[in-house]
Amino acid sequence: MSNSALEFKDMSFGYPYENDLFMELNVAVQPGEFVSIIGASGSGKSTLFKLTVGLEEPTRGSIRLDGEKKANRLGHVGYMPQQDLLLPWRSILDNAALPLEIKGVSKKEAHKRIIPLLDEFGLNGTRDKFPSELSGGMRQRVSFLRTVLSGSPILLLDEPFSALDAITKVSMQEWLLQQWEKQGSTIIFITHDVDEALFLADRVFVLTETPIKELKEVTVPLNRPRRLEDLYSADLLEVKKDLMFELRSTIT
Amino acid sequence: MKTTWKDFLAPLSLVILLFVLWEWIARLIGMTFILPSPIQVLGKLWEIKGILFLVHFPATLLVIVTGLFISVVLGVGLAVWMRASRIAEKTFYPLMISSQTIPIIALAPIFVLWFGYSLWSKVAVTILITFFPIAVNTFDGLRSSSREFKDLLLTMGATKKDLFLKLYVPSAIPHFYSGLKVAVTLSVIGAAIGEWLGAQAGLGYFSRRMMTQFDGAGVFAPIVILSFIGISLFLGVTLLEKITLKWRETE
Repeated sequence: MSNSALEFKDMSFGYPYENDLFMELNVAVQPGEFVSIIGASGSGKSTLFKLTVGLEEPTRGSIRLDGEKKANRLGHVGYMPQQDLLLPWRSILDNAALPLEIKGVSKKEAHKRIIPLLDEFGLNGTRDKFPSELSGGMRQRVSFLRTVLSGSPILLLDEPFSALDAITKVSMQEWLLQQWEKQGSTIIFITHDVDEALFLADRVFVLTETPIKELKEVTVPLNRPRRLEDLYSADLLEVKKDLMFELRSTIT
Repeated sequence: MKTTWKDFLAPLSLVILLFVLWEWIARLIGMTFILPSPIQVLGKLWEIKGILFLVHFPATLLVIVTGLFISVVLGVGLAVWMRASRIAEKTFYPLMISSQTIPIIALAPIFVLWFGYSLWSKVAVTILITFFPIAVNTFDGLRSSSREFKDLLLTMGATKKDLFLKLYVPSAIPHFYSGLKVAVTLSVIGAAIGEWLGAQAGLGYFSRRMMTQFDGAGVFAPIVILSFIGISLFLGVTLLEKITLKWRETE
């Protein structure tokens, strides 16, 4: 059996002088899987992201990548932030090149690798533009390209489409699924949007109680490739209803 | 937004109006040694252009350029040091701020005692007056990038050096230019003060000498050139900023 791409093993975490946020949590994500994590604001989503990418370390237990317990996860999980966080003084090409530069690849070599990818990511004609010249959706494409170029087999996407308008959002979701099918990477997608979570993921994890002892898990009853109208199938609506009730109970 | 000739219309009209008013009042009073008219000042400037441009202008320019250069090196150096070390920040930052309450003009005679009438007494005054805006702006710029950017670079495996070169320095450059713009205009004042107190050449020195001779137009003529230096330096920095920060124009 192959190793899990990401595994939390009896993981506990709390900030100093505060109650624990996570208590002996066990979660495993399989290679190539698309997983959504959903929760209301303040449910520990951002802490979970910090733990996964390695900005925070668990107080007890461990986080394993591909079965290995790495001393430092920074640089091993690709991260796509909520705002695009493109560096305004870098061109699109140089923004995409950032993770490669940090890994020690020369600028020239980095550019050679990125230029063919720009087309593939629907970014043709943007290479010498600055981020401020691009629309929100295009900027998120650059941001995703940059995340992919981190070279990590596991990517963590933190509400990347939450700032986009509804129409752009849907087309970006479809675009993301196409990209994921092409790249074959493992994706963890944090969101607060139930439709988004269901449309994208194989499995949805719900953050409910605090401290979090286990994640409620829902397998999405849809096949791939998915179409937008799948969101209105009877099976899915049933799952969605359950999820909504689950989430609502955490707020009151 | 593109600047057109219309943008210059209002300030230009005001300047012309003020000069006309000045000319009129000066003629009304009719005492050249106290209040020379703009035309008299220009006439004087033309009359003594040889000595002003060949002797005094180069002397002052040398003070300004040397002072600014040292200020940039020291100011940026201190800013980088304070950004790199918490202890350096805690030590120097409050000192730097409180040093600004010292009236530098009052300190200037000390430099004449130390360095005599040499270049360095004037350069010292110029450095004192221009160091602060450069150091503080650069330092604030080095701190200006947000936490999110830092986290993002860290997830890419960035080292401290990567953070510094790829994040802190680029985000500091616009702030550095703001500081430099303030500094270049102040540098003219610094050089002039230095020359007032003790010099054998320079526009500030010449202006003061003319005052002792009750030559009003002679006092103003070098001041016109000083102001011209300040404006040119400012425009020079603005141009440099435009060339090096192309990305800002797209914002």
